[in-house]
Amino acid sequence: MSPRTPGADLPEHPDFLWRTPEPKRSYDVVIVGGGGHGLATAHYLAKNHGITNVAVLEKGWLAGGNMARNTTIIRSNYLWDESSGLYEHALKLWEGLEDDLGYPILFSQRGVLNLAHSLQDVRDSVRRVEANRLNGVDAEWLDPQQVKDVCPIVNVSQDVRYPVMGATYQPRAGIAKHDYVAWGLARSADAAGIDLIQNCEVTGIDVQGGRVVGVQTSRGRIAAGKVALCAAGHSSVLAGMAGFELPIQSHPLQALVSELLEPVHPTVVMSNAVHVYVSQAHKGELVMGAGIDSYNAYTQRGAFHIIERQMAAALELFPMFARAHVLRTWGGVVDVSPDASPVIGLTPVDGLYVNCGWGTGGFKATPGAGWVYAHTIAHDEPHPLNAPFSLDRFTTGALVDEHGAAAVAH
Amino acid sequence: MLLIPCPWCGSRDEAEFHYGGQAHVPYPEDPASLDDTQWARYLFFRANPKGPLAERWCHTDGCRRWFNAVRNTATHDILAVYKPGEPRPVIA
Repeated sequence: MSPRTPGADLPEHPDFLWRTPEPKRSYDVVIVGGGGHGLATAHYLAKNHGITNVAVLEKGWLAGGNMARNTTIIRSNYLWDESSGLYEHALKLWEGLEDDLGYPILFSQRGVLNLAHSLQDVRDSVRRVEANRLNGVDAEWLDPQQVKDVCPIVNVSQDVRYPVMGATYQPRAGIAKHDYVAWGLARSADAAGIDLIQNCEVTGIDVQGGRVVGVQTSRGRIAAGKVALCAAGHSSVLAGMAGFELPIQSHPLQALVSELLEPVHPTVVMSNAVHVYVSQAHKGELVMGAGIDSYNAYTQRGAFHIIERQMAAALELFPMFARAHVLRTWGGVVDVSPDASPVIGLTPVDGLYVNCGWGTGGFKATPGAGWVYAHTIAHDEPHPLNAPFSLDRFTTGALVDEHGAAAVAH
Repeated sequence: MLLIPCPWCGSRDEAEFHYGGQAHVPYPEDPASLDDTQWARYLFFRANPKGPLAERWCHTDGCRRWFNAVRNTATHDILAVYKPGEPRPVIA
């Protein structure tokens, strides 16, 4: 008997969750960028506003940029009222998203610990806990023993260089399966009649008399009543096509996973001072990330000494990881804003909207960003939750400074 | 990992350097005369090209001197390095 052809016994490819349509000549709304935020925006345009003559243009494959590269942490324990309003709205949407989409997203509210390692950390953290509570966000201050109770593998010995002096704890925080989130959102938008168009790169934005009228793409010109930019690290490039500038710098952000391990890590741990954040994926990998590479780049890769530094931090906090192996590292391009808060709103061009500046923290906001951005597009004015995050705050000076105040620096 | 040619020391590992952001951004000559829009531009807006960017580096763990480089942000190629005060070289 001759040997079987390799792959001959593999199962059939499962059904696709969305169509692969040819782009139409025109749409009411064109969303540029088919990542988490773009797909969530499409979902809520249909669901909340009944707007379905919409295309989502993606230059690569759906959710293959930062949506595929993040560390899936979800939390809303930000310091300022504006931020907690936006992120807490997102967290509430996460809590109902699986039912909303009719699709599993493995949302697991396993809590997040933000460790404090200095007296200043402690003061800032306690202040943030109180601010969170005033804003209706669940938050507690834990002493080192309570930290150990929540997460037994954290080293709370006082005999280390940066001992754990306590932590803020948000029990409702957690993680979700990022790919499933994207697939669920894409499936929902597609079912509403929205065209998800992959391998379609926007190469120009057509503006006439100060109003957007369409986009040039690698698959031809597409006319549009409104255009919504949703392209994270490439936002500056797109804004340049429309003739304005954004206060954004694009940087590589790296992350990594270990090989699959037995469940050892019950929560999410973040440390701003030692600088690493660690959780364990459902499948078993330890998932870790830290800060950006220092220089501007669009390369989706960074330097290895950044990885080494965050491994050193991880070992300081979790000595038992010493025998774990790094399985895979990767990078994305993140859009860093001057005040570590996003820009969501109108632009100098009529009918052209921007959602960017999420830096290292966009995943957690996915449904919330989509919700308020869809509102902004539908009504041509911001939702009350994203009104403080306008582009003109850099001129008025009304910044929303979340540098470091909300755990890991962006 | 970048190999960065310091104009004084030669090529060194990226880990020896500190990044300083966009080069050739002078402090406003008459700050009091700027309006809010002009101040915002000076404070918060920096070039962010996908391509060549003139930027500052400091060789922190070497000669501790600042210099400028033109680096392609899409490829990491360093196209030129030059000393402070020198004009940005024209790159074909």
